[in-house]
Amino acid sequence: MIYAITIYGEAGLFETLPKERQDEVLAGHGALQEALKKRGEFVSIKLMPPTSAVMLEPAPSADHPPLIVDGPYAETKESFLGFYAADFENLDDALAYAKMISSPVVRLEVRPVAWAGGAISSE
Amino acid sequence: MSDWLEATFTQQRPQALAALTRYFRDIDTAEDAFAEACLKALKVWPATGAPRDPLAWLLTTARNAGLDALRKSQRHHASLARHSAEFQTMTEATPDPDELRDDVLRLLFICCHPELERRDQIAIALRIVAGLSVTEIARGFLIKPKAMEQRITRAKKKITSGSVAFKTPTPQERGARLGEVSLMVYLMFNEGWSASGGETQIKLTVCEEAIRLARLLAELFPAMGEQTALLSLLLFQHSRRDARIDADGQLVALDDQDRNQWDMSQIAEATALLQKAQRINHRGVYIIQAAIAAVHARARAAEETDWALIAAHYAALYTLQPSPVVRLNQIAAEAKIEGPAHALTALEPLADHLSQYRWFHAMRGGLLQDTGDHPAAIAAFEAALSLGPTAPERAVLKEKIAFSKKELSEM
Repeated sequence: MIYAITIYGEAGLFETLPKERQDEVLAGHGALQEALKKRGEFVSIKLMPPTSAVMLEPAPSADHPPLIVDGPYAETKESFLGFYAADFENLDDALAYAKMISSPVVRLEVRPVAWAGGAISSE
Repeated sequence: MSDWLEATFTQQRPQALAALTRYFRDIDTAEDAFAEACLKALKVWPATGAPRDPLAWLLTTARNAGLDALRKSQRHHASLARHSAEFQTMTEATPDPDELRDDVLRLLFICCHPELERRDQIAIALRIVAGLSVTEIARGFLIKPKAMEQRITRAKKKITSGSVAFKTPTPQERGARLGEVSLMVYLMFNEGWSASGGETQIKLTVCEEAIRLARLLAELFPAMGEQTALLSLLLFQHSRRDARIDADGQLVALDDQDRNQWDMSQIAEATALLQKAQRINHRGVYIIQAAIAAVHARARAAEETDWALIAAHYAALYTLQPSPVVRLNQIAAEAKIEGPAHALTALEPLADHLSQYRWFHAMRGGLLQDTGDHPAAIAAFEAALSLGPTAPERAVLKEKIAFSKKELSEM
């Protein structure tokens, strides 16, 4: 089963950490990527901060294109920072890998993938 | 544990202080209350886990702490009576984004008190909003901590006696404040960026704080292209931080920088932000400067720079900001296409305005050197030397004089 390990936290918080703490976090990601590479295909994505995003809101009516707005508007809570996706034996296996990137500044969600195409596929 | 939490406090400080300053109508009370809330968080969060919305938690805790302090203090009785109605309503809730936006803008605008010198505005913003220590700011400004302490105390007295309205600003007021505050952030970055021997680390911190504030403004005002463009511009500049100073602490000119040392992830983010800002289709000074920085960032080698495009951007900038310095930059870009003789003629009308501007003489010297007029080049570099260059600039100028002297002796 493919699982997605999604990462939530506050954009910019990582950059505010002292160098040694940043290195700790990066070491976790390095180790996870190494481990996943050994197992086969995986996908990992880090998003840029929300300031760089543009939103597409639903079209107001059928004959209009979707609305492009300059948000997202400031969100004081955590936001979606990035994710990993890979094929795991089962939930426990996926959780064991997710632990490698756990840190006090992020919340992780491990969720099975219903469908995937591209580099890894759910075929 | 505590340094993980410190990062959250640093991150929330501008928003929290801004909201608390409106609430208490007093910056000192707001600072004390926020410090109190952080202390409490250090005790509580490790046990309970960090709250989902740290800003809401810190604000509520700080308000209660501040109120406690106010109740205990006689001297604030009057103010307590005045605001007692709002002091009683204490709901723990995520702050209203619109209100928070105006609060942050107001706090930064209070720092831009018109009677303060620009550098004092920047220093006070670094102290109050960014939360840097007086010693750090003093190192960044290359002055003694004692002197900085006095300047900040004086500046603080001035801003707290100022009368910035706490009601919701009108759209016009908001626009004017945003312009003033953005300029302060831009100049804060330049303060950190300005070359000086040693102390590069703290200078970088000043740049990073300016970027953090620019990011906050871009976040709070996503529909304003200029704030997104300002963030883009600062990131483009900052991406070159490692390449612009060599191992001996000497400044490296843009053309001579090792482009492999440019921070590609920062350039990528700056490019994305510029594209977002350009969608809004406005013309402002930051978006044009960001577009110029983007042209440099795109060039894999100095020779691949699209100087015609840069000259066109400077011409556009000149229509918004008709200053001799902008014109000087336009001529510098044109010189790359039209050659040094053409540029020297174009510089002539600027001579009166820029006779005290060392970059004018330095650039003129370089162009004269290119035409082979070494005696005139030496005179121009010497003029630049006499106008107070920083230590790294001085080294570059001396090198250029030595080069022209060598050329002359070999003739």
